[in-house]
Amino acid sequence: MEFKFFSLFGQFLLMLKGMFTKPENFRMYWKEFMNQCVDIGIGSLGIVVIISIFMGGVTTLQTAYQLVSNFVPKSTIAQVVRDTIVLEFAPTLTCIVLAGVIGSKIASELGNMRVSEQIDAIEIMGINTKGYLLFPKIAASMLMIPALVIIAGFLGIWGGKTAGVMSGIISNDEYWRGLRQEFKPYNVFFALTKSYAFAFIISTIPSFYGYNVNGGALEIGRASTRSVVVTCILILVADYGLSALLLANG
Amino acid sequence: MSFQHLLPGNLYYMIELVNIKKSFGDREILKDVTATMESGKVNLIIGASGSGKTVMMKCMVGLMEVDAGHIQYDKQNFTNLDVAGRKELRKQIGMLFQSSALFDSMTVEQNVMFPLDMFSMGTLREKKKRVLECLDRVNLKDAAKKLPAEISGGMKKRVGIARAIVLNPKYLFCDEPNSGLDPQTSLVIDQLIKELTHENNMTTVINTHDMNTVMESGDHIVYMFQGQKQWEGNNKDIIFSKDQKLNDFIFASEFLREAKEMRQMDMFKDKDWREQFKKQAEAGSDEKKAAE
Ligand SMILES: Nc1ncnc2c1ncn2[C@@H]1O[C@H](COP(=O)(O)OP(=O)(O)OP(=O)(O)O)[C@@H](O)[C@H]1O
Ligand SMILES: [Mg+2]
Repeated sequence: MEFKFFSLFGQFLLMLKGMFTKPENFRMYWKEFMNQCVDIGIGSLGIVVIISIFMGGVTTLQTAYQLVSNFVPKSTIAQVVRDTIVLEFAPTLTCIVLAGVIGSKIASELGNMRVSEQIDAIEIMGINTKGYLLFPKIAASMLMIPALVIIAGFLGIWGGKTAGVMSGIISNDEYWRGLRQEFKPYNVFFALTKSYAFAFIISTIPSFYGYNVNGGALEIGRASTRSVVVTCILILVADYGLSALLLANG
Repeated sequence: MSFQHLLPGNLYYMIELVNIKKSFGDREILKDVTATMESGKVNLIIGASGSGKTVMMKCMVGLMEVDAGHIQYDKQNFTNLDVAGRKELRKQIGMLFQSSALFDSMTVEQNVMFPLDMFSMGTLREKKKRVLECLDRVNLKDAAKKLPAEISGGMKKRVGIARAIVLNPKYLFCDEPNSGLDPQTSLVIDQLIKELTHENNMTTVINTHDMNTVMESGDHIVYMFQGQKQWEGNNKDIIFSKDQKLNDFIFASEFLREAKEMRQMDMFKDKDWREQFKKQAEAGSDEKKAAE
């Protein structure tokens, strides 16, 4: 069991190392990178918009429900909502969902290419398949996922305000005042650090499972499921690790 | 043994396999195979399902690593080449896969264009012209704008061939080019590969268990049996071969055995062939005597 883990981890590192060779043709790599940016970024924008608006709304309602006291000013609700969304919900929740959306897409796309010998066909042309197929996906994820997290943060806070105002919990002015109370830019830095770490996990783990599929169509499904599960677990572990590391003395 | 490289004016792009071994776990798939793929000819690797043909071909192009032995491309040791060297050599290799392996998000034209885009610095117009040339060669000009999902299996194979030859390779590999096709379409594909080989003086290696292919285009045939080279020769030798395993494999049905006898009679009518055959038989008996 432990040996299997180390051998997998070794293969994983070798895969990452194998990506870095001189591109055969820079323009083709760039084109592939752009395609992936569109696929990954625009492709998952819709789901990110929906979940972040609802996530913000629910956060406001539940925070208000827990803070029922006349001694606590209403604006505190907004402050709590802001910090919850920036610190945890926008990066982690969004990335868990993206693990499903992007992770399964990457794993099944590569798995299908492997099973139908397309990867072999590219390899035989004298192209570094790890460089051409994996690197653009990982680079595009590293660019687009943090961008999606930033969008999720803004939309979440906006959704929180809308829900709060609509249900009469908090007024527009109070919400805005709350948002500006004790704002720590460090929290944004923390959120971005997390989203880069998660983006790396979301793109590399499914790449690894998809690229190394062997067998038939059934294996593609299996690899895709397994990669999503492993990605989610690793995201949560990394979330805990980064919180302990970066927030412990904050 | 081939003396072709001694003939004047003949380029020779030979592939030699020297004592190749390959196992998966403790299952030995290739047990010490030594063979030569001759230049300018259609070389066939034949054998029953599971005899290691695909593994052998994948070893030859480096999609699998051999456990022992080495592979020579035209006096260049492929097995010992580093990554960059292999990449360089692979530009001279084209391969048609068993499943065609077309890129399913690209049209037929884009599929054939892909190697050109990656490696050649020509203008778009030059590249387009070359793509059309290749598609024309495989009779698929009309399907240029279609997606792989919209064309038939035989057409996919032809697109695969067009993509394999677009960079003018010296070596062409085809893994079961006519599996899953009707006899007529298979013949078209065989004919195409044969013509391309002779036109461009390529060294072609085909994996097959199609008897039509064996008889029609077998310039040089390697018969694999349980991971070993059992027999080597051409499609005329095969008619007269005494090798029991080969005969059981090739002439498996009553119909084919009869066809073989008819072909033997036909060939005996040809005087040159008769002489040659006599010589061969004598040489064979000499060898036996020497062994004794
Ligand atoms: N990646 C692999 N891992 C383990 N065993 C393999 C692998 N590839 C092939 N084999 C085994 O090697 C043996 C030879 O397989 P190969 O695909 O070369 O047969 P083949 O001669 O091409 O057969 P067919 O005519 O059916 O294509 C088979 O028994 C197969 O189980
Ligand atoms: Mg095979």
